[in-house]
Amino acid sequence: MSAEDLIALTAAQAVEKIRAGETSAADVYEAYRQRAAADELNAFVYVPDAVPDELPATDTPLAGLPLGVKDLFCTEGLPSQSGSKILEGYRPPYTATVVRNLQDAGASILGKTNQDEFAMGSSNENSAYGPVQNPWDRTKVPGGSSGGSAAAVAAGLVPWALGTDTGGSIRQPAALTGIVGLKPTYGSCSRYGMIAFASSLDQAGPLARDVTDTALLFKHMVGRDHCDSTSLDYPEEVKLPTAQRLDGIRLGVPEELSGEGIEPGVLESFNRVLDLARELGATVESMKLPHAPHALSAYYVLAPAEASSNLARFDGVRYGMRAEGTRDLLSMYTKTRHDGFGPEVKRRIMLGTYALSAGYYDAYYGRAQQVRTKIAEDFHTAFERFDFIVTPTAPTVAFGLGAKTDDPWAMYLNDFCTVPISLAGIPAISIPSGLSEGLPVGFQMAGPAFSENRILDAAFALEQGIGFDGSKARA
Amino acid sequence: MIDREQVLHVARLARLELTEDEVQSMSHELSGILGHIEKIGELDLEGVPPTSHVVEVSNALRPDEARPSYPRDAMLAAAPLVADDGFAVPSPQA
Repeated sequence: MSAEDLIALTAAQAVEKIRAGETSAADVYEAYRQRAAADELNAFVYVPDAVPDELPATDTPLAGLPLGVKDLFCTEGLPSQSGSKILEGYRPPYTATVVRNLQDAGASILGKTNQDEFAMGSSNENSAYGPVQNPWDRTKVPGGSSGGSAAAVAAGLVPWALGTDTGGSIRQPAALTGIVGLKPTYGSCSRYGMIAFASSLDQAGPLARDVTDTALLFKHMVGRDHCDSTSLDYPEEVKLPTAQRLDGIRLGVPEELSGEGIEPGVLESFNRVLDLARELGATVESMKLPHAPHALSAYYVLAPAEASSNLARFDGVRYGMRAEGTRDLLSMYTKTRHDGFGPEVKRRIMLGTYALSAGYYDAYYGRAQQVRTKIAEDFHTAFERFDFIVTPTAPTVAFGLGAKTDDPWAMYLNDFCTVPISLAGIPAISIPSGLSEGLPVGFQMAGPAFSENRILDAAFALEQGIGFDGSKARA
Repeated sequence: MIDREQVLHVARLARLELTEDEVQSMSHELSGILGHIEKIGELDLEGVPPTSHVVEVSNALRPDEARPSYPRDAMLAAAPLVADDGFAVPSPQA
C-alpha cells in the first residue's frame, strides 16, 4: 500500500490491514514517521531518526501501530520535559504505566508531542518548545494543553496519541482540531509516570481520529497499578462501539453551559447534533446544574493549589536544569525556578501558594472543595433523570495565535464547559459536530463514573449520523 | 487586591525569584483572577463537606512487601551535579 493509502486508514483499519498481511507495522510506522519528522506545525518535540529495530508482533492487539505520546509522560531514555525549560535534557529512567500498558498491547512510540508547560494552558502557547499551529488554519491555536497530540492526530502525523486532561486538556484541543478525545473516569488509568499538575484531577486519555479508535486505545490503557493508589480496576471490559440508534437514551442539556458565552456558530452546530440525537431515538431535555457556573472559580483555586505543591520538586537538585552562578542553596532554588518556569506556570504557582497560605486556606481552598462537592452532587442528581449530560465542548472555535495571551481569565474561559466535569471526576468525550467559519466544533457528552462503554456507544451512533470529514486537515 | 508586599511574601513561600517587572504584572494579574475566584464567597456552603476524593473508594491497601527499586546510578544520571554518590548542592550558608 502507498504511504498515502496508509495515512487514510483509521488506526483500527490499519491494525486489520497489518494482520491481513496487506501491509506491515514497519511500513505504517515509516509512513507516519516521515510525516512527523517533516512536521511544520511544531506538534512533535521528538521523533526518532528511523523505525525501531524491533516492532511489536502483528498478533498483538495494536499490531505495532505508532503512537504519539504527550511530552509529560515519562518515557525511558526519551525526552520528557512536560513542555518546560526546567526539565531541559531530562531522560527518565522509567516509563509511565499507561505508556507501558499500550506498549505491552503492541503500540510503538512514534514520538513526544508538544504541550502547554506542565499542562497549564488552553492554547499550547505556554510551551518552552513554542506554540503549535492548528492544521485547519495555521494562524489559529490547536487548543491545549494536549495541543501537540491533537494537532498531530488531526494532521495525520500519527494515527492516535495520548493526552492528559485536568480541566479540559484532552477535550478542548480535540474539539478545536476536529478529532475525538476522551477524558476517562478519575482512577481508570494510572497516573504513575505522568509529570503531575493537579493530582486529584489529572487523567490520561486517548486522542484519535474517530470513536472506534478512541475505544481501542482506551481499552488498553485502563487498570489498577500498584504505583498509583488512586487507580482502580476498571469494572468491565472496554468494548468497541457498535450502536446505530439512541432509542431510550435521555440527554440533559444544562442551561448554564449551553447559552451565555457560547459563540452562535458553535451553538448552531450543537443544536444540529441534538436534532440528530432525537432522530436517532433519544429524548433531549433542558435541565440545570446550578453550581456549574462556579466550577471555573473553584478549579482555579484547587488546580493551582495542587500544582504549587507538585511543582515544589523542581528545584535544580534531582533533574533538569540548574541556574548558574548562584552562591547559596536558597538562591540556587529561587533562581533555578525563576529561569526554568514560564509566565503561566509562575502565575499558577503564585496563585496556589497564596490560596494555601496562612489566613487564606479556609476562604479559598476549603471553600473550593465544598463547591466541588456541590458540583459533584449536581451531576449525581442529574444522572437519576438523564443518561448523559451534553454541552458544546468549548465556547468558541479555534482562536488566533496570540489572541488571548494577555488576559488569563479570557483564556481560562475556554474550559467553562469542561471543568465542571473534571471536578466531578466523571468521564466525558468530545466528538466533532461539524464546522463553523470553516473550523471544527466539538460536542461534549458526559456520563456517570465508569460509563465509558455507554458514552462510546452513543458517541459512535452520533458520529455515524454527523459524518464529519476531517481529511482536509490531513492534506 | 494583591499588593506588592503580598506578591513578595508569596514568592518567598514558593521559592520563586521574580524580577521587578514580574512583581508588577503578578500583582495586577493575580488581583484580576482572584476577583473572579472570590465569587465562590457568595455561595451558602454551610455544612457542606469538602470533597476529599471524587471516586467512592476508601483505604487503598496493598501488602507491605519490599520490591526492587531503580538503581542509584540511573537516578543520579539526571541530576545537574553529583558528588560522592549523592546530589550535590551549594552550601546553605555560603
